[in-house]
Amino acid sequence: MIPLLLILIPLLGGLINFFLKEEKTAKGWALLISLATLAASLAGIAQSGTLSFDAAWLPTLGSSFALSADGMAKMLTLLTAVSFPVIFIATNKNNYKNTSAFYALMLLSQAGLMGVFLSADCLLFYFFWELALIPVYFLCSIWGGERRIAVTFKFFIYTFIGSLLMLGGILYLYFLTPDHSFALKSFYHLHISAKEQNFVFWLFFIAFAIKMPVFPFHTWQPDAYEQSPTAVTMVLSAVMVKMGIYAVVRWLIPIFPEATAHFDNLVMVLAIIGMIYASLIAIRQDDLKRLIAYSSIAHIGLMCAAIFAQNKVGLEGVMIQMFNHGVNVLGLWIVADAIEQQLGTRKFSELGGLAQKAPGLAILLVILAFANIALPLTNAFVGEFLMFNAVFQHNIWMAVFAGTSIILAAVYTLNMVQKVFYGNTVPSTEHAIEAGSNTRAMLIVLVIVIIVLGVYPKPMIDLTNDTVSTILAAR
Amino acid sequence: MNAIIFSALSGVAMMFTGIFTTNKSAIRNVAVIALLGLIIVNLLHSYGIFVVRVNTHSMLQFETFGLFFNTLVFAATLLFVLLSGKDVTNAGTYGAEYFALIFFVLCGVSILTCYNSLLMLFIGIEILSIPLYILTGADKRNLKSNEASLKYFLMGSFSTGILLMGITLVYGITGTFSIEAMRPAVSVGAPNYGILEPVGLLFIFIALLFKVSAAPFHFWTPDVYDGAPTVFTSFMATIVKAAGFVSFIRLFDARAIEMGISWKIILPVIIIATLLIGNITAVFQQSVKRMMAYSSIAQAGFMLFAVYVNNDMSKEGILLYTAAYSIATIGIFAILTRMKDITFDGFNGLAKKHPVLAATNAVFLLSLAGIPLTAGFFAKYYMLAAVVKENGAGALWLVIVAVLFAAVSVYYYFRVIQAMYFKEGEPEITEVSGGFKTALVMLAVLIVLIGTFPSALLNWFYF
Repeated sequence: MIPLLLILIPLLGGLINFFLKEEKTAKGWALLISLATLAASLAGIAQSGTLSFDAAWLPTLGSSFALSADGMAKMLTLLTAVSFPVIFIATNKNNYKNTSAFYALMLLSQAGLMGVFLSADCLLFYFFWELALIPVYFLCSIWGGERRIAVTFKFFIYTFIGSLLMLGGILYLYFLTPDHSFALKSFYHLHISAKEQNFVFWLFFIAFAIKMPVFPFHTWQPDAYEQSPTAVTMVLSAVMVKMGIYAVVRWLIPIFPEATAHFDNLVMVLAIIGMIYASLIAIRQDDLKRLIAYSSIAHIGLMCAAIFAQNKVGLEGVMIQMFNHGVNVLGLWIVADAIEQQLGTRKFSELGGLAQKAPGLAILLVILAFANIALPLTNAFVGEFLMFNAVFQHNIWMAVFAGTSIILAAVYTLNMVQKVFYGNTVPSTEHAIEAGSNTRAMLIVLVIVIIVLGVYPKPMIDLTNDTVSTILAAR
Repeated sequence: MNAIIFSALSGVAMMFTGIFTTNKSAIRNVAVIALLGLIIVNLLHSYGIFVVRVNTHSMLQFETFGLFFNTLVFAATLLFVLLSGKDVTNAGTYGAEYFALIFFVLCGVSILTCYNSLLMLFIGIEILSIPLYILTGADKRNLKSNEASLKYFLMGSFSTGILLMGITLVYGITGTFSIEAMRPAVSVGAPNYGILEPVGLLFIFIALLFKVSAAPFHFWTPDVYDGAPTVFTSFMATIVKAAGFVSFIRLFDARAIEMGISWKIILPVIIIATLLIGNITAVFQQSVKRMMAYSSIAQAGFMLFAVYVNNDMSKEGILLYTAAYSIATIGIFAILTRMKDITFDGFNGLAKKHPVLAATNAVFLLSLAGIPLTAGFFAKYYMLAAVVKENGAGALWLVIVAVLFAAVSVYYYFRVIQAMYFKEGEPEITEVSGGFKTALVMLAVLIVLIGTFPSALLNWFYF
């Protein structure tokens, strides 16, 4: 029942939100719904074992409304459920035209995301995969920046082409199953010849690679992150990119084990090129949002490489890091939003000396920055350590090259902290004040999570343990 | 049989209505009642109840598929009349006569869904086409409408000529008009008719490709669709086109084997050419009406898959496709008739001024683009699934090409959504009534329902 609730609460709540005319009511209702979702998600975590829900949907097609929440799904739904209230509270002061529609679409996208993480039926998965995109498309195109229409459209077309290719792949696998079923289990039990695997693998992988994004499919991402309203960027980068990683772990690796083993080096090399390339570009950025966007590509690249290293350490690292990256990047976006809302600029050249004006925000950002470079005692350290370890076990040279991105991450992250918060104040930051208490409160929550998981990551590893062993067993 | 007789009678009745009354709403009401009657008698037929028994000498053969298709088409026409009835009566100088012509078209459709003889195919196509030539020119003081009508008539008669030529060749060599008669002969060592039979069939197929506006026989489509009064474009692009496909499928069912392997090579080429021309040209259009004309070519490309594979799944697919595509297209054209400026820019800012119109239009466009949760998704899904089911890995390339073109189609469908929602503007629009809005919302809900539970519609098909 809980998996169903996780989708239904935001879905119905979102639909109702369209009809709330009062701005305050719309915001309050959205927050209430997101908290209810969070409660449902926590209740799901409290129950041990895999939660599932199954209802007839399209019996003639062999597809059912099957949801299942194992460790990984629970972890990701928790991330989704945590992110939305945090986003709503931290950006509470932001004003949007047509507020009710904005929050309604936000909740609908949450419902879509929950569906992606919970589906245990491939057709249903495809449904949600696309549906999560539609509200975000409208959100970015209506409330985004100057170039929003073109940029969001590029984003949409990219992901849509990917998903259509995946649909071709899904159909192919569907007709291979003996009982013509879309169920996850039937797909896992398929025996696909190596030749077929090597082809169909790409139909799926391109869809997921675009979503993650992995080099060279990443070009939509920095523009989309920059042009979206920051609250939506938070959804995109904290939760939505996890769809790609999740899908690789859930669908790609177990269904195409031979193709995975066949193409692992190729994918890993692409991922590592992406890491270094994105890091180098991040160093050159003058825009706070673009810097975080490129930094995000680099981190995702490492997760992708670690998955394709196909060992236990790597998968464990990826599991923890999916959650941690979501938390960290969410924090960074909240800071970026606080700065932009107050000063109206994101350019480093127009920022400086903010630490004098907003010491609280500065301290919080420094901790977030440390987490971004994966310093020990922060949550990201554990995940990245495991993942580098996995890459190292797979191939030393890859680990060497991937390792340079750690240094590059330190360069651009610390550079950012320095330029924005330290040095002398410039005219635009002369009258800056401390960020709002809502924003700081949410940042404090995130920082606590960062430190707690950095010191004691075991609960997260235990939570996702069952998925890791299933994936490795299916191989 | 019921449907053929009743639709012809309704047509005549509509003509007489025009004599007795000039009250437009009375005329519309008569048309709606006649359509309801048409649906009922057709359903009665599928339960084995006949209004009149006629010995068709196996020139017609009634099957569930054809009958269900009739119901679908009549229901779509009903929706069309409910939504755009006012525009039909206002399209030109006359009122009731247009409805009469529409009923004659439906009569042609009901013949095409059940013909068993090439003669009936010819008669069906003519009954279908001639009223359409008139409807295209309904706005007789408009030069463009006249041009479209003349063009359609000339091109149409030319293709009919080719059709007759093909039928003559096939009859001459096989000695029968029946499409059924050939089938057993094939299984028991077919007599070899030489080259003439395939050539004759090829001519027939070319004529049908013309009717469904598949490339390279599509050239009339944009001009005719653009020139015709928008209501009749809507009717032509949906109901008539779907009927073309059903006649195609019937013929292919029976005769494709005799064409041999060559069809498996020719059809994919036609499909890809149709998808290519329809989609790519639609991208460059400035007028939404013209864009819809090209998009209808592109959608025809997808529907041709049902001819290419021809199995159970593709039959279900063409039914779903007809429903999904007709509902969405009827809706979009209905909104289009209300717009003063039918370029993309004319839609700027529609969401703010008329949220209901914009929202339903968005649903229709999303459905045409094939986004999940709309009927259009399952329509495309069934087509692609049918291809993969029939040909396995060998046809995967065709599926990939098709989905890439589906992605292209998103480009032009979403331009309308972008204009409505993301751009500022003052759209000029004629008054819309509450009933019109309600009808639009009903169509949108129908699309989402079929998109969520396609089996609900298909279960009807299997009773």
